[in-house]
Formats: sequence, C-alpha cells, structure tokens
Amino acid sequence: MLRFSTWKFFAIVAMTLAAVLIVAPSMLSASHYEELKSRLPSWLVPPTIVLGLDLQGGSHVMLEVDQADLIATQIKNLRDDVRRILREEKVAITGGIGTTTRGVQVRVADEADREKILPKLRQLRNGFSSALMGGPSPLDIETSPDGVIRVTITDAGITDKSRKAVEQSIEVIRRRVDALGTREPSIQRQGDDRVLVQVPGLQDPETLKEILGKTAKLEFRLVAEPGQNPSETEELDQVEQEGKIAVEKQVMVKGEDLTDAQPGFDQQRSGEPVVNFRFNIRGAQSFGEVTSKNVGRLFAIVLDNKVISAPRILTPITGGSGQISGRFTVEQANNLAILLRAGALPAKLNIVEERTVGPGLGQDSIDAGKRAAYVGAGLVVIYMLVTYGVFGVFANLALFVHIAFIFAGLVLLGATLTLPGIAGIVLTIGMAVDSNVLIYERIREENHAGRSILASLDAGFTRAFATIVDSNVTMFVAAAILYFLGSGPVRGFAVSLALGILTTIVTAVTMTRMMIAVWYHYARPTKLPI
Amino acid sequence: MKLLRLAPENTKFPFMRFRRVSYPFSALLSLIAVALFVFKGMNFGIDFAGGTVIELRAKSGAAEVGTLRTMGESLHLGDIEVQAFGNPADATLRFGLQPGGDVAQQAAVERVRDAVSAYYDLRRVEVVGPRVSNELVQSGTLGVVLSIIAVLSYLWFRFEWQFAIGAVIATMHDLLLTVGFFSITQLEFNTTSIAAILTIVGYSLNETVVVLDRIRENMRKYKKMATAQMVDMSINAVLPRTIMTATTVMLALFALVAFGGQVIRSFSIAMIWGIFVATYSSIFICSPMLIYLGLRNEDADKAASQKRETERKTETAVSADDDDAETPVAAPTAPPEAAEKTPKPARKPAGKRAKTRPA
Repeated sequence: MLRFSTWKFFAIVAMTLAAVLIVAPSMLSASHYEELKSRLPSWLVPPTIVLGLDLQGGSHVMLEVDQADLIATQIKNLRDDVRRILREEKVAITGGIGTTTRGVQVRVADEADREKILPKLRQLRNGFSSALMGGPSPLDIETSPDGVIRVTITDAGITDKSRKAVEQSIEVIRRRVDALGTREPSIQRQGDDRVLVQVPGLQDPETLKEILGKTAKLEFRLVAEPGQNPSETEELDQVEQEGKIAVEKQVMVKGEDLTDAQPGFDQQRSGEPVVNFRFNIRGAQSFGEVTSKNVGRLFAIVLDNKVISAPRILTPITGGSGQISGRFTVEQANNLAILLRAGALPAKLNIVEERTVGPGLGQDSIDAGKRAAYVGAGLVVIYMLVTYGVFGVFANLALFVHIAFIFAGLVLLGATLTLPGIAGIVLTIGMAVDSNVLIYERIREENHAGRSILASLDAGFTRAFATIVDSNVTMFVAAAILYFLGSGPVRGFAVSLALGILTTIVTAVTMTRMMIAVWYHYARPTKLPI
Repeated sequence: MKLLRLAPENTKFPFMRFRRVSYPFSALLSLIAVALFVFKGMNFGIDFAGGTVIELRAKSGAAEVGTLRTMGESLHLGDIEVQAFGNPADATLRFGLQPGGDVAQQAAVERVRDAVSAYYDLRRVEVVGPRVSNELVQSGTLGVVLSIIAVLSYLWFRFEWQFAIGAVIATMHDLLLTVGFFSITQLEFNTTSIAAILTIVGYSLNETVVVLDRIRENMRKYKKMATAQMVDMSINAVLPRTIMTATTVMLALFALVAFGGQVIRSFSIAMIWGIFVATYSSIFICSPMLIYLGLRNEDADKAASQKRETERKTETAVSADDDDAETPVAAPTAPPEAAEKTPKPARKPAGKRAKTRPA
C-alpha cells in the first residue's frame, strides 16, 4: 500500500500538469486566445475545444439526390445521344423517340439500319458509367422482333450516376459555401446519395438554405415565335410574372460556359441590382452567332427551368459579356452571382434533414450547461466532503483532475462538445466518485471486520478494483455503441461518457491511492477517519 | 469531525424474503408498461416520427400561444402543437410530416417563417424527413439491441451463467419500466432518449455487477451458508455504497434538470427514473433470480467438494497469491445465525476456477 514507485508518482503529476496546460487555452476568451497564439509559437498552443453546432449555433443540412429528377435528366440525355446517333448514321425511324419509365425506345423498321446503330448504342455504355469492366451494365439494350429498340438505364447505372452526382455536388457546394465567408464549414458525403453540410456560427441560416437548395442550372434560350413547331418548344414558368411562356427546347448557351458572375447595378437604366457575367470563348462564340442571326427576337434567361427574364436582342452580342436583370433585390443578385460562379449542381438535391440553431440559443445552452455542471459538481463535492472527510478531499482532488482529463481528451481527439456531451460530463462526475465510494466503503468494511488500518486500506483498493473494472466495462460498451450508431449531439454524449469512464480508472483508483499513501505516511493515523 | 452516513451501518435486511412481493409487483409493472406502450403509445419526437420543430422567441413581450396556434391552423400544416416553456417569450411549434415529401416540408417551414418572422426570432429549426426518421428508428433500435447483446456476452464471459441470466432479466425489467415511464409521462421520445436508455442500461448493469461481484466473492467464502442468507449478506454489505452512489448521481442529475435547459430536460428526467429503477432491480430482481436458478446448491457445492479432493492430494494447496486466503472477512458482517451455522467460515480458498476474477 505504502510503496509507490517514483516513476508512477511523476507520471501522474506530469499527466495532470499536461492536462491542465492543454485545457487552459480553451478557458480563455476568444481575444485572449488569439493574443496567446500570436505571442507563442503556434505548435505550443493547443487548439480549443470544438463546440457542437447546438452550442455555437449553426446549421446542419442533409441533402439527398432527388432520384426522380436524376432519372429524368438521364433519360433526357440518353434521348439526345440516341438522336445524335440516328442523325450521324442517317437512320430513319418510325414515329419519334419514345420514353419509357427508365429509358428510351425507337422503332427502326429496316434491319440493316438496326445493325448499323446497335454497336453505336452499345458504345454509350462506356460513356455512361465510370464502373470498371465486368461490373453490372449501366444500360440494357434489347431489340424486339417488330424492330423496336429499347435502351433502359439499370439500377446499377442509376446508383453509379447518383454517386457521381454526389461527388461533383460536394465540389460545387464547397464553392458556394466558401463564398458565404463562414469559418470551417464541413461538407461530407454520406452513403451513396447524400451530402451532409455543417456550417457553424451562421448569423443568417436562411441564406445557406437558399444557396444549397438551388440546382442553378442556367440556360439561354430563344423565346418561341408564334407558329413554331410545338414539338420544338416547351412552356416554362416565369419568376416575376404569372402564367407561362413558350421557349425553344434548344439551348443557345449553358451556364457552364460562364467564366465569371458578379453582382452589380444596372448602369444605363433603373440602377436596379443585376448580375454581370462573362462567357468563355465557346460561350461567347455561340452567343454571338445566335444573337447575330436573331436580332429583334426575345431570348429567355432560364434558371432551374424558370424564366428569370426575357429581354429583346437589340444588337448582336459578341463581346462575350452580358447582364441578367430580373427585378432582383441586392441579396438575390448576390446569391445568384454566387450560384453562377460555383456552377450548377449535377442533379437536384433535396433537404432531407435540417437542424439549425441560432447563435442566441447556442449561447444560452452553453450558459445552462455550465450552470448545471457547476451546481452538479458543487453538490457532489460537498456531499463527498461531509461523508468521507479527509478521504472526501482526496476524492474531490481526483475529481478535479478527472474533469481536466476529460476536457484534455476532448481537445486531443478533436472531439466535439455538445449539449448532451455536457450532460455526459455531469453524469460522469456523479459516476466518477462511484469508484471512490466503492473503495472507501470496502475499506470501512474491512476495518470493521477487525483488520489494521493499513491492511484495510490495501484490501479496499485491491478488492474494489475488480468490481470497478467490471462495472465500468459495461458502461463503456454502452457508450461505444452509442458513438457508432448515434449522430451529432448524441455522439458528443458518447464521447464524453467514454472518456469519463476511461479517466476514472486513473484518477479514482491510482491517484486516490497515491494521496492516501502519502497521507498515511505523514499522518500515521491510529483510527480510520471514515 | 462527525461524518454524514446516509445508510445505516451493518444492516441485516432480509431482502430475499421480499422476492415473493417484488416479483409479482415488478411483473405487474412490466405488464402495465407494455400495455401503455401498445395502447397509449409514445410521444415520438420528430427524430422518429418525422416533422418539424421551430423554437421561437418573441422580439418584444411574451409569446402569444393562442395567436400562434390560430396562425398555425390557418397555414394548413396538419396537427400543429404550440407550447410555451421556460422563458415567457419562448414558444415551440411542432407539426408532422407534410404530404409531398421533403420538398413540401421545406415549403411548410418557409410559410411559417414568413408568417411569424415579423414578431419572432427563429431560434431553432429542426426538420426531419420521412426517410431520415426511419433510419433513425432503425439505428436507435439496433443500438439498444446491440448494446444489450455486447454487455451480456461480457457478463457471460466474466461470471457464471446464472449471473448473466439474472442481469438480463434485471436489465429488461429496467428497459420496460423506462419505456413505460416515457409512455405515461408522454415525455418526448427522441434520439437523446435513446442515449438515456443506453445509459440506464449501462448504469443498471453497473449496479448489478457490483452486487453480483460481492455475491460471487461470498459464495466462495461461505460455502455452507444457505444461498438466500448469503445473498442477503452480500446485498447488505454493498448497501452503503449503493445508496451513496445513487445519491451522487442523483445530485448531478437534479442539477441538470434544474439548470441544464430545455433540450436535455427530458433526458435528465428519464435518467433519474432509470437510476431509481436500476437500483431497485439490482437488489430485488437480479439477486433473487440466482436463487430461482439454483445457483449454488449443486454448482458451488460440487465445485467445493472437487477442490477438497484435489487439495488432499497436493498438500501445498493454499496458494499464497490468492488474497482471499489471508484473512477472510469473518463473523461481524455475517448475520449471527449464519455464524452459528458456520462456525469456521471456510478457510480454504476457492482456488482458480475457470471464471475467477484476476487477483
């Protein structure tokens, strides 16, 4: 009992000091922390504790690829490809290109024609999927005896596309969110078809949703003229006006040909907010060509299948730059410019989960958590003191180190402290002293059974240890499972709980034992003080 | 300094006698819990049911729950629940999944925002779609089931099988009663509640292990004592610790309920109930189970006689490394009648059985 190796003693003192040093910067106010950082070499200053979105305020938005929209887009692309092949091979079809639920079909009466286009159609598979050879085919191509060729996108093809859409979306979303100028946004893929966006400390979460929820597919198309073939046109909604407007299906220039977009004000006329943009060479060329040919006609600026505005082409626009107006507010013009610069999402994304906490509530939660922790710890400390006297002092010192260890663990792991996490810490404060209680009660018991003080102390620690390990393992298992299955705040709870359980073994068992050994050495008690 | 003792010293409560009361009582409570779950159901939060919660704070003055309710109804969002809590300026709106999928959900939030933003700040918005809520139900259920299996396999590995069964039954009992508690109080049941349930499972096993550990220890020490008596003695021995620990955890939890804020209040309330139930079940449910499962009579006695056999062969049997061998905790903690029956509490160590704890 009394023998305590020197290295163990110093190890514990060193660990405690390290923990305090690691945690201390997190206790500073933000400005003091920055000052500390500027004065000391950066590797010397540990990072502060990461607060969860529920504490610092922020948005957690889960986006999911809209399957129906993805399939519709793929069918449309497939249809364009088939049309191109038919044109290139000069193959005549009976009726138009029909669409099925998962693909397209054409009727080619002539067998020689069919043989001509089938290999070309099969080649579409290569472009369709990034999957390696041997994987399930993304396209099914079948021919029925009456000359109908069906091209169907398989489930594997859809999964592959949505996975790719997620990958590309992450890039686009990152550019969009970065444009908001927030600190440390986190953008991660979740499964095959989801993206999780977490942005801390937003003052206006609405803007985030505004720029996440839009596909931002920009197209310039000509407005249909009266008497135009209806199969070449479609009716689209208008943003500013009631009713629909007929525009050509063919797209003059797409948003991907934009190189830059900036919010600005209309110089010539009203001074209303607009978005100025510039095309790349390809975009400038085709825009120049079409506008030269169609002076006097209206063209539609279409964003996500809605017409923003439809100005008249007064002169050919060959300079490669232009302006979008649409009775915007300054904010709308700003957001549109961000969207156009970041590019379009490859597919429509829906918000399937949103958790937004305003900064005010976050601060309130921090205050509430702190208050609960202080009161909880205070009550436990007093209770231990009145129950165990000098041994209670030891337990409380161990408790203090225990809390420092938990916070140091959070800093070292880079784990996030959430409100349930604070609850977890308060709970482990209650549980941490359990180990001390087990030991002390055992010591008392052994002493009452007639053992000497030293023998009782020794037996108390030895015998209680197995129980402490057994009972903490069960708690730890529960925490580990919570961590792997939980999300966000609940995960924070699991981390605090698990850390608390691990550190209690060091603090409640080893540290208390050391303190009692030292105390015994100097006090030489004749009677057990508990 | 006079120290505070909540638990009386050297108690000799005949806990095992209560098993004829505690078993029917707990069975009844468990049945009620199941019935409540089936017929009354749980107040599932949006995590599991899907839907939207919006927390508002009035820009000036108090929140007007009545006006908010009328506003909510005029927006046709289905059943809308308006609640005031804590600060008089605060209120929460809660409504269910909107027909039309995830897009419709966002549109509904938009409509509410437009309607209230002139007078209220939106402090918290949570929207959970149908697919996400289904997944949360799955992972929550999986979590509870997995943790029970994992913890039980650990107990199986460390203790005799009767202990593991006793622990399962006690844990199931605590789970059922906690579910019943959520149903009868209609506390909101969400992902944090799953955290509460798993923590209760952990705590319940913690309590059970402490009691079982002592029973196992005494089982080896007092081989001739009747099982019921031995179990009673063990529970009485750990009783001060049980009361002490339950009290400290309760102190921490009461602080959380009083000061921790709205978000974790239902978690803390459920935990308080759980601690209470877990303490009860470790004493009155798990331990008597050992008697019903015929723990020692055949098992320990047989083992003991085998040990005696081997010890006769090898005279050096008393292994010095076994700490039980030094000086057994003798008569004072044992009830007097026990001491009479066993004048010499077995001095021989139980020796290393397959499942003994490490020295």
